[in-house]
Amino acid sequence: MTKRENSKTAPLLEVKGLKQYFRVSRKFTVKAVEDVSFYINPGETYGLVGESGSGKTTIGRSVIHLYEPTAGEILFDGMNISGRLKGETERNLRVNMQMIFQDPMACLNPRRKVGDIIAQGLDIHHRYHSAKEREELVADILHKVGLAPEHANRYPHQFSGGQRQRVGIARALIMNPKLIIADECISALDMSIQAQVVNLMKDLQQENGMAYLFIAHDLSMVKYISDRIGVLHLGHLLETGTTDEIFSHPVHPYTKSLLSAIPHPNPLAERKRKALQYDYKTSGIDYGEGTMHQVEGTHYVRCTDQEYDSWK
Amino acid sequence: MREKILSIQNLNISFETTAGVVNAVRGVNLSVYRGETVALVGESGSGKSVSAKAIMGILAKNGTIDSGDITLSYYRQEEKVTRDILSMDKKEIRRHVNGKRIAMVFQDPMTSLNPLIPVGKQVMEGMLWHYHTPKEEAYQKALDLLKLVGITDAEKRMKNYPHQLSGGMRQRVVIAIALSCDPDLLICDEPTTALDVTIQSKILELIQEIQKRKKLSVIYITHDLGVVAKVADYVNVMYAGKIVESGTVNEVFYEPKHPYTWGLLSAMPDLGTEDERLYTIPGSPPNLLHKITGDAFAPRNKYALKIDSRVEPPMFRVSDTHYAATWLLHPKAPKVELPEELKARIDRMMKEGEHYDKTGKQ
Repeated sequence: MTKRENSKTAPLLEVKGLKQYFRVSRKFTVKAVEDVSFYINPGETYGLVGESGSGKTTIGRSVIHLYEPTAGEILFDGMNISGRLKGETERNLRVNMQMIFQDPMACLNPRRKVGDIIAQGLDIHHRYHSAKEREELVADILHKVGLAPEHANRYPHQFSGGQRQRVGIARALIMNPKLIIADECISALDMSIQAQVVNLMKDLQQENGMAYLFIAHDLSMVKYISDRIGVLHLGHLLETGTTDEIFSHPVHPYTKSLLSAIPHPNPLAERKRKALQYDYKTSGIDYGEGTMHQVEGTHYVRCTDQEYDSWK
Repeated sequence: MREKILSIQNLNISFETTAGVVNAVRGVNLSVYRGETVALVGESGSGKSVSAKAIMGILAKNGTIDSGDITLSYYRQEEKVTRDILSMDKKEIRRHVNGKRIAMVFQDPMTSLNPLIPVGKQVMEGMLWHYHTPKEEAYQKALDLLKLVGITDAEKRMKNYPHQLSGGMRQRVVIAIALSCDPDLLICDEPTTALDVTIQSKILELIQEIQKRKKLSVIYITHDLGVVAKVADYVNVMYAGKIVESGTVNEVFYEPKHPYTWGLLSAMPDLGTEDERLYTIPGSPPNLLHKITGDAFAPRNKYALKIDSRVEPPMFRVSDTHYAATWLLHPKAPKVELPEELKARIDRMMKEGEHYDKTGKQ
């Protein structure tokens, strides 16, 4: 624990100028992520929001080194994890960074028992001395995520959606990681179950002090869980800042339209309210032209000098 | 004068599965009037989609309708016809009801469009089949419909295949198909769940506008209370195959009576507060494989009375439009106040509403 506190000043994860291109054919390259930089401090939750196709999932997968970044640097816990990795760095990365996926049914092997799925990381990294210890570790983690130890002998299909996602969380948690990437991990769940999972993730964070990269398109949930938020559109990070800064003083017109599009569960207001419209093609904004401008504190917005003056 | 176009009485639907018989819908009553919007809200598995599918006669093969009536009223050459959908066979429903009188928009536009046929042709299909519209006329109508649903460059898009369109555009095409035969009733089953928030608000506003213009009735099936607040006139809250509360939007949002509705409203993430934790309804919905005695919500309900575990509550009348199925409304029941947090929240909502009234701000 002391080591973690010492490193509090340095960010846990730093992404600098990340570019991720996918070559589809000789003529056509998809530029999924274009020059994105952000950082995550230890024990903090960073929310990435944006519509589908904005590159948020790609960023998550680049960070955990499922893709080779086209350009840019990713620093995790002092290690450079872009480019080819050394064996030791890779092992370290695979232990300390874990991922929770969107669809809990698709990411759990239907032919293995939940206990074995959860313990797979332990098996690979030889984290126990006896079968009994392995069992205890699994039971312990199941208890933490609100399941019972006897659930370890069941198969994924015997669980409900919310319970399956708890299994996914348990699997990520058992390695005691420093960073968990949660890729749309609640969007496949029901409203009341979403709230249960979000509360669980928050509790676990307080207990274990890991950081989250929380990727979602549902802004209202992101607001609850995140300390800081980054808004993505078409592969560009348009605006980033603390949750409060983004929600109370959005600067970029895209962020404003995104916030206004959330339907409020309040009929009297909702019937009179009209969402702001935003269309990139007609807005006359070129994301490629812009540079990061500091609004205040940690609040940055990507735009040209002129745009910044007119939006402010 | 309100004109009733669809009425569902005491609908019971069960499914035969390998694990046993699942009672998915247990006694649903619902009425839809011309030009009005009704929302069905509930968690997955509460029976909202199944009820809608029964109206369209497209239940899965293992599903049976055990009892109930679904009657549809429509005009045939200025003459009012009332028909019982459940007594019609599949062919008749296809010929006279589906698409022509009742149209449905599904959640995922990619699965409801045929990937091998250009979208223009798919919009024309219904008109050619139901009304034998001449091809040129159908083409012109399809073009107008695509323009109506806000697709730019409609002529070019007519020749496009579904994969060439974005998610929002596809859903617009599906809506155009649904409107092509001038139905009286549109059923939207989670129409925007697969779409982004920015596109969601556009699609909802589009449906509202068309509804006004064509005097269309709409049934929305959704779990998003924000969507309900935006579009619905009447709300029906479903739980475990039953409607537990029904009323006008204002009644359900500002004077909810059923503890499940309280839970649903409290669990909505509220952009206006700084709470550290989200409210959650403890436990999970009951398994409908097992027979339910008493109130299905009782095990998750901290206000449950003793009688809840034995006898199922009937619908108690609150006002002419507002009904709720909870024993708490019985005259002999102990007085239970709304939870404090929810009360504070409703007050906040009212204030926000007044604020919009006063300023007329957009």
